[in-house]
Amino acid sequence: MAKYRVVHYINQFYAGIGGEEQADTGLFCEEGPKGPGMAFKGALGPDFEIVATIYCGDNYAVDHTEQVMPQIIETIRKYNPDLVIAGPAFNAGRYGPMCGAVAKAANEAGFLSVTGMYEENPGVEMYSKYTYIVKTANSAAGMRKAVPAMAALCKKLVAGEEVSPDADGYFKRGKKNVFVDKNGAQRAFEMLMAKLKGEPVVQEIEMPPFEAVEPAAPIKDMKHAKLALVTDAGLTDKTNSFRLESSRASKYVALSIAGMDSLSADDFSANHGGYDNTQANRNPNVIVPLDVVRSFQKAGAFAELEDTIYSTTGNGTSLKNAQSFGAEIANRLLAAHVNGVILTST
Amino acid sequence: MLVKEIERVGIPAVQICTILPIAQTVGANRIVRAIAIPTPVGAPNLPAEEEKALRESIVSKAIRALETEVNGQLTIE
Repeated sequence: MAKYRVVHYINQFYAGIGGEEQADTGLFCEEGPKGPGMAFKGALGPDFEIVATIYCGDNYAVDHTEQVMPQIIETIRKYNPDLVIAGPAFNAGRYGPMCGAVAKAANEAGFLSVTGMYEENPGVEMYSKYTYIVKTANSAAGMRKAVPAMAALCKKLVAGEEVSPDADGYFKRGKKNVFVDKNGAQRAFEMLMAKLKGEPVVQEIEMPPFEAVEPAAPIKDMKHAKLALVTDAGLTDKTNSFRLESSRASKYVALSIAGMDSLSADDFSANHGGYDNTQANRNPNVIVPLDVVRSFQKAGAFAELEDTIYSTTGNGTSLKNAQSFGAEIANRLLAAHVNGVILTST
Repeated sequence: MLVKEIERVGIPAVQICTILPIAQTVGANRIVRAIAIPTPVGAPNLPAEEEKALRESIVSKAIRALETEVNGQLTIE
């Protein structure tokens, strides 16, 4: 049986030319394996042959990308491989994106490609959509683990076997079209039945992971504490002069309640597209309970109330925006020496 | 998300909301059940006095949540 042909891309360092001082090394190609290619040769086994190794200095590759990439693709075409391997690049900031670019271009030219990087390598973000990027450690010390992992994936790919990010340790490539026998309603129903029976359920769409935040220490002395009111109910001034969006908020607003005993409908309104604002516009205290909070303060339940209500619209607002609003509001509350926050959500 | 970022800097923050599973899934540490989605701290159908009393009871629970040591998640119904 003919061997699977492999072309390998590496940088000047792994080619044994030198480190940073040789980063301007131009583009070269040699027949056979070189550097980490020797390890791949072992891991891939006798069915594979590394027919050529292409290498280029990290700086040269970045500075001359437009000339280098077509030359690399031309060279790959010349060897007509079954597979292109790039790197692994670990956490190298120039090498990673270059490996990604080579793997992507190889893919577009019709060749299977595999590379390997550390999760924080910028190349992951840039290229994980276009090629298989196997997860590696952050330095070359991880070579002994990276090579077998990449080689295992290579073997499956050339054999046309089914691969998955979880089973094969590569970064998710995004959406993939698959054909299934049952329609969405049937699958949803089966999922619901499984949930009701307490059976394990595998989601088809992965939910965004929510990290846990260490709970803040409680307020020990409420009578001397300063509280603040925050809301995602779309509370804004009467005319919404801030132009707070009714959905997909791009901002939060700071509303002064200095000296006020309640939220008057003459001063405030709600602009939130996710619920009926009628009651909130009639009496804004039903979304942010300033009337009660102020009377509690006056009765001595706590000492002080922050003069500003921070408000945004929690309706289709991106997690990223919500997070950055939260972080900014948190810093302003810290600066105002606030000890505790009551947030109302609609 | 907002309460989490506020708790992250060390200020206890309680979320009063109706759909508890959302706050629980997103990871709020202190949660108090609200009255209804459009009126988390209001009940326009009740007489004014009763509505105020209900609002007071929710704010009281929120204050209690801020005074409570939390391990994991605290939900006050």
